Amino acid sequence: MSDEPVAIRSDRAPVIEPGHTFATVTDKISSIVLTRPTSTGWLVGFGISFLLTMMMLYAIGYLFVRGIGIWGVTIPIGWGFAIVNFVWWIGIGHAGTLISAILLLLRQSWRNSINRFAEAMTLFAVSCAGVFPLIHVGRPWLAYWLFPYPNTMNYWPQFRSPLVWDVFAVSTYATISLVFWFIGLIPDLATLRDRSENHWARIIYGMLAMGWRGSARHWHRYETAYLLLAGLATPLVLSVHTVVSFDFAIGIVPGWHTTIFPPYFVAGAIYSGFAMVLMLAIPIRKFYGLEDFITERHLQNSAKVMLATGLIVGYGYIMEAFMGWYSGNRYEAFTLWNRLHGPYAFWYYMLLTCNLVIPQLLWIRKLRTSPVALFLLSAVILVGMWLERFIIVVVSLSRDFQNSSWGMYYPTRWDWMTFIGTIGMFLAAMFLFCRILPMISIFEMRTLLPEAEVKE
Amino acid sequence: MPQPNGQTLREDVCPGKKDKLVQLDLANRGQRTEPTTGPQYWRSLEELAGDPEFHEKMHREFPRGASEWADAVSRRGFLKLMSASLAMAGMTACTKQPLEPIVPYVRQPEELIPGRPMFYATAFELGGYASPVLVESHMFRPTKIEGNDLHPASLGGTDVFAQASILGLYDPDRSQTITHLGAVRTWGALLDAIHGPLNVQKALAGAGIRILTPTISSPALADQLRAVLKVYPQAKWHVYEPVNRDNVLEGAKLAFGQPVETRYQLENADVILSLDADFLYAGYPGFARYAYDFAKRRDPDAGSMNRLYVVESTATSTGGKADHRLPLKATEIEGFARALAGSLAAGANGAANSQPAKFVNAVADDLKAHPGSSLIIAGDHQPPAVHALAHAMNQTLGNVGKTVVYTDPVDANPVNQNESLQELVAEMRGGKVDLLVIMGGNPAYDAPADFGFADALKNGGIPLRIHLGLYNDETAELCHWHVNRAHYLESWGDTRAYDGTVSVVQPLIAPLYDGKSPLELAAVLAGQADPNSHAIVQAYWQKQHPGADFDMFWRRSLNNGWIDGTACPTKQVSPRAANLGTSSAADSPGIELSFRRDPSLYDGRFANIGWLQELPRPMSKMTWDNPVLIGPALAERLRLNSKDVVELELNGRKIEAAVWIQAGLPDNSVTVYLGSGRTRAGRVGTGAGFNFYPLRSSAAPWVASGVQIRPTGGTYMLACTQGEQTMDTPVGARPLVRVATLDEYRKEPDFAKDEEPPAELTLYPGFPYHSELYAWGMAIDLNKCVGCNNCIIACQSENNIPIVGKEQTGLGRHMHWLRVDAYYEGDRNHPKAYFQPVPCQQCENAPCEVVCPVGATTHSTEGLNDMVYNRCVGTRYCSNNCPYKVRRFNFLLFQDWETPQYKMMRNPDVTVRSRGVMEKCTYCVQRINEHRIDAEKAETKIKDGELQTACQQSCPADAIVFGNLNDPESQVSKLKAGHRNYSLLADLNVRPRTTYLAVIRNPNPELEAPAERS
Amino acid sequence: MKRTPVYGLMAEFDSAQSLVDAAHKTHAAGYQKIDAYSPFPIEGLAEAIGFTRNRVPLVVLIGGLVGGLSGYLMQYWISAVSYPINVGGKPPHSWPAFIVVTFEMTILFAGLSAVFGMLALNGLPMPYHPVFNVPRFAFATKDRFFLIVFSSDPKYDASETRRFLESVGGRFISEVPS
Repeated sequence: MSDEPVAIRSDRAPVIEPGHTFATVTDKISSIVLTRPTSTGWLVGFGISFLLTMMMLYAIGYLFVRGIGIWGVTIPIGWGFAIVNFVWWIGIGHAGTLISAILLLLRQSWRNSINRFAEAMTLFAVSCAGVFPLIHVGRPWLAYWLFPYPNTMNYWPQFRSPLVWDVFAVSTYATISLVFWFIGLIPDLATLRDRSENHWARIIYGMLAMGWRGSARHWHRYETAYLLLAGLATPLVLSVHTVVSFDFAIGIVPGWHTTIFPPYFVAGAIYSGFAMVLMLAIPIRKFYGLEDFITERHLQNSAKVMLATGLIVGYGYIMEAFMGWYSGNRYEAFTLWNRLHGPYAFWYYMLLTCNLVIPQLLWIRKLRTSPVALFLLSAVILVGMWLERFIIVVVSLSRDFQNSSWGMYYPTRWDWMTFIGTIGMFLAAMFLFCRILPMISIFEMRTLLPEAEVKE
Repeated sequence: MPQPNGQTLREDVCPGKKDKLVQLDLANRGQRTEPTTGPQYWRSLEELAGDPEFHEKMHREFPRGASEWADAVSRRGFLKLMSASLAMAGMTACTKQPLEPIVPYVRQPEELIPGRPMFYATAFELGGYASPVLVESHMFRPTKIEGNDLHPASLGGTDVFAQASILGLYDPDRSQTITHLGAVRTWGALLDAIHGPLNVQKALAGAGIRILTPTISSPALADQLRAVLKVYPQAKWHVYEPVNRDNVLEGAKLAFGQPVETRYQLENADVILSLDADFLYAGYPGFARYAYDFAKRRDPDAGSMNRLYVVESTATSTGGKADHRLPLKATEIEGFARALAGSLAAGANGAANSQPAKFVNAVADDLKAHPGSSLIIAGDHQPPAVHALAHAMNQTLGNVGKTVVYTDPVDANPVNQNESLQELVAEMRGGKVDLLVIMGGNPAYDAPADFGFADALKNGGIPLRIHLGLYNDETAELCHWHVNRAHYLESWGDTRAYDGTVSVVQPLIAPLYDGKSPLELAAVLAGQADPNSHAIVQAYWQKQHPGADFDMFWRRSLNNGWIDGTACPTKQVSPRAANLGTSSAADSPGIELSFRRDPSLYDGRFANIGWLQELPRPMSKMTWDNPVLIGPALAERLRLNSKDVVELELNGRKIEAAVWIQAGLPDNSVTVYLGSGRTRAGRVGTGAGFNFYPLRSSAAPWVASGVQIRPTGGTYMLACTQGEQTMDTPVGARPLVRVATLDEYRKEPDFAKDEEPPAELTLYPGFPYHSELYAWGMAIDLNKCVGCNNCIIACQSENNIPIVGKEQTGLGRHMHWLRVDAYYEGDRNHPKAYFQPVPCQQCENAPCEVVCPVGATTHSTEGLNDMVYNRCVGTRYCSNNCPYKVRRFNFLLFQDWETPQYKMMRNPDVTVRSRGVMEKCTYCVQRINEHRIDAEKAETKIKDGELQTACQQSCPADAIVFGNLNDPESQVSKLKAGHRNYSLLADLNVRPRTTYLAVIRNPNPELEAPAERS
Repeated sequence: MKRTPVYGLMAEFDSAQSLVDAAHKTHAAGYQKIDAYSPFPIEGLAEAIGFTRNRVPLVVLIGGLVGGLSGYLMQYWISAVSYPINVGGKPPHSWPAFIVVTFEMTILFAGLSAVFGMLALNGLPMPYHPVFNVPRFAFATKDRFFLIVFSSDPKYDASETRRFLESVGGRFISEVPS
């Protein structure tokens, strides 16, 4: 993120539109939750995504009844959509932590208006990701065997396996993201507790606020803890996708066995993450009229982050291809050939287009500031990043060492139902979040106001 | 024996209404299945199980399941329910020894030790020729079939059909009752029914009696039939099999004026020329022995290598082993043979006509250079003239008595089967037949189309038609009576091996469904009241071997699995100055159509045996289907791709079928396999593949010219188990199979080792395998492997490996722990072919183990890559990371857990895997442990060679050698120390315990200039 | 602290600046037991009321160490002591493979101890607190700033302190009932 400060300096648009006071900020944001009536648009959107979630549950139910064979996975392609989606979702999650933790450490105060729902997005993305490792195993009812728990068999996980590393990395990541998010919420929950008219709402928010009263001592410890958490979350977020990339880099499959994977997976993760942040932020600020808080500057900065990480990812592609040729290894060389000319070539070129070519439009300032353009570009990038994982997982496996064992992968409708279902689940969670929690951190917004300045 | 029919007995067994009965059976299933239940008890229940009403009830007990996918697997799923009903009818109670005394194989303890298998010698008959086998029996349940290692015709080897017959025994679709017009009847009822007609025939001297059998070599049965003909002098015995050896017979007559059996001694042959003869694949008489003798001469380090020329009209595994292979249209091969004979006779070359002269001359020179140690084999599909030419040439080359010997026919009734059937059909239409007894065979399905046998059978107005068969098949449907035949593992009999040696067929288990053997049916026709096949066989041999020591003789014969001194003596025959005329088949410009026996289904009789349906055909690796095989060049001209659907038209008869582009086919020639597209095979076989018999006429049973091929524009899903059949990639070839010519090998013996990493190339301390008592390893000699697929079936049978059906196979989910890859090299029209059996390589640095999150696959101290099914959660990571892709995953519930028959068939020493679990080759760890326990009890070590894996045991070519690497004297250690030894994908440094011996070709310098090895 | 019917005196301020200034003055005037409430963290406010000892970082450090150690030792014990088995020819104690889990455990324990340590030191969750008895205190989470002098303060005197608070600009000064 070395280019972050650059991104800020090069830009003068305000983080928060002038004319706001503590009161207006507070009312504006809390009113969305407390007083604003539930719009039909919200109901429709939530309804649809809820149905999609139900579809996912149905698909998973059938999976448990019949077995993994209802998917397109086979020998040699033992991993299919499940793992592709897992990596994709985990990657998306990364932006949230990045914004809330890394930008906090870098004192990028503009983050204050987007970190809250970015963190929420992280949480929901990770839970979507978490679905897949669980259900993709042949005997899901035994998935808990991946955890080291004392058992009568006296048998333990095998700690040399990247999948066990995954278990620890992802569960740690989920836990830390959750507490980080919740800690950030406490003062705002207190605000809602004190603002809300509804008796039950008071009680519930009150419980969640845990009796927060804004004491100076509390604020002091609070900020220390928050900062430390940010400091811990930063290496964590970088490690998670590194570990995920180990699932492949540790394997000997040509196209997996690559040392460049960790950095290039992390960059890709942030890349897709920011795309998702924009895809959420742009409609939200529109519907809830939050243009004052999520300003052009936020869009611009996000766009710049995407541009930067996109270039890193591009570098990854080039290095992969280069090593394929330079290593002189006949299997690596073939993997490269197979990507360029094999049965999946079309998708490889699609991937290059979505992740490498089209995003170069972000060099144009006009597009960086146009919500519509950014929305569309983000969509393209998300597709591209999904394809990248598909190419890595499926295409590498489809043709490895033994010509006699080459195969093709054809996703089934169950694969699609599960994948689309998780998108539904993600959106449903986002809808609920917007409705019942302040989607922008109120107290951090207050600190952005001029009145908040205090001189000794 | 007469039995009361099901109705009355049902009342005896369970008084009350049938509804009650169902409940009762469900309740009592447990004790029903105890082995203690007596014969009457379960037989009667089985009668009842046959009752359709009863089945009705049982199905209503399980409403679900009928709605599974229309896939072979789900057919099996449905069949589970079907036979679950049989289970409740006490079907599982029939694990009992036959009543008559049968004798365990000598190597095994005389008395039964629970948990210890016993081996019995018996014989499996196919097309009149016996495969001598040992049957492994657990608690009197036959579970696996192996070759009889003491029998000269087997030497331990066997073939896929014999091995898979165990599944045939337990096939729940086998016909289970005697039926009359579809209704269940008893043996007694049948006897009553034919009593009258037989009396009538007595008066007519049996003028209306016709008996149709398949090829029969059984002395006892032949004797029975002749007895019948004695009683009814006017009766006739017809013989027909679709895959018959008429050409061989006629060829012999043409050459010698008499039918003789031709036997080859390949161990003496330095140069072998096959004229379209597929003598290295199951179904060819004497295959197991031939494969053994052939392979013995393929070791460049021991003695001189033989050289094999194959001129063939389709792609066979025999051609795959050829040092020089010449694809020719079947009709051109006669021309080739004549040219060759010419140049052999002429002494000088030049007599070559349109045929590739170079090849003819080279072969001629080579043959002439090896008088007495050369051999020419003509294929069953070639016209008599070619056989006669082969006989003549072998004579000229002085091979007779050295590499070729002649004996009397093994066939008990050597007639031209096409003519025999033709005659029968004519009489059927002519209304001359009053009583037709079809003893086995399925002519309604496989008779030549122009005979219209089925029609004659249906509308010929034959008053009484009786069919004896294992299945209630197409022919049974058209007969009044169907008698369910006893499987050969259920009944007594005898048969002859390719060398004439007689084996007594002894049953391993009492008939599951009270089937009848042909002997018994024949005896009934001969007028016996209560025939018993055991008595018949014994009586017959008593006649042959009179004297006091008969009991000893009998015991010994059963012990060994053959009767001493019954091998056909070689006879001196001199070829007449055969006037072969000129080439009968002028080269026809059109496209020719070759009919071949299916490598897996033979003539269709095995269509319902799932193992064989899913057994990849040796060259195309096709399963569950028999597409039209078409050469690359022709396919290009016709703009056809694999899986396109075409319409074949031959003499106005049309058939739609899918095509498959097969490397190595001659131009303008397509090949189809017979035996698929059955309509009444059973749940597995019915509807699988295409039926090409309707195109087959008596005039052109093997090769038909002028077939029209029209694309219909449709496509058809085909399940091929091999992804790519070449080792080449756009970025260079991969050295999976390492090859050199004999000369190159002599120059550079270590050519195969160039990528072997040094032993010290590791960061790890390593494990002290050498200090263990055993370190298991395997060496597979690719030069000996003839690609016969035996190892696949042996493994499937030994390790309870399920079949998955066509759709799943098409997706790549077949479960074979051991696969045989077939690779083609060079021009796809004239490719070289190589076979490579790939079991788990048992890597010492196993990539699969490292990535398993739950430690379900770890390493044993003896170097086995163990798979712990119970621990596996099914992440499939191990399979992804396995460079050899030998791991197999239970994506769905592939195992059939319900069918009682299958429960009886399974190897009790091997876990039956369930859904969601990874599985793979274990080096037959159950066998290792069994022998280790024995050795420990005897306080010795496991001796080299006494412990064999299933694949090793079944290999007729001795290509697979397994043993202890810590014993420098063991055969496997010696092989691995040899020059040709290399490990697959050695550069990955995973240190496989399974290694390969490189292929050494022995080309003729005249045809192949020694090239520089790149 | 000794319980008295009055918990303390609370004064309201309407800007962060005035609160900080008042806090400074109050503390300078010798009041020990005071506290300030604000809707957002204010730089230097804690110091102004004389709060310096913050033990959260120490808790986090300990948590991290415990996590990391237990992580590595668990793996070592499981792979090399409890169930040593040959996996792909790798030694039982394959330390490079253990690094990842060790790292993750460090983060997990450190993170959780940061959160729970902070809550514990703040005495949260706290279902009841006297300051909430002041009706206007609801604005403490919106845009108002409060300063309280606890009755337990030795210098505390109902009228005296009230006068002092007025002098530093406090408004709506009210007694906080316990």
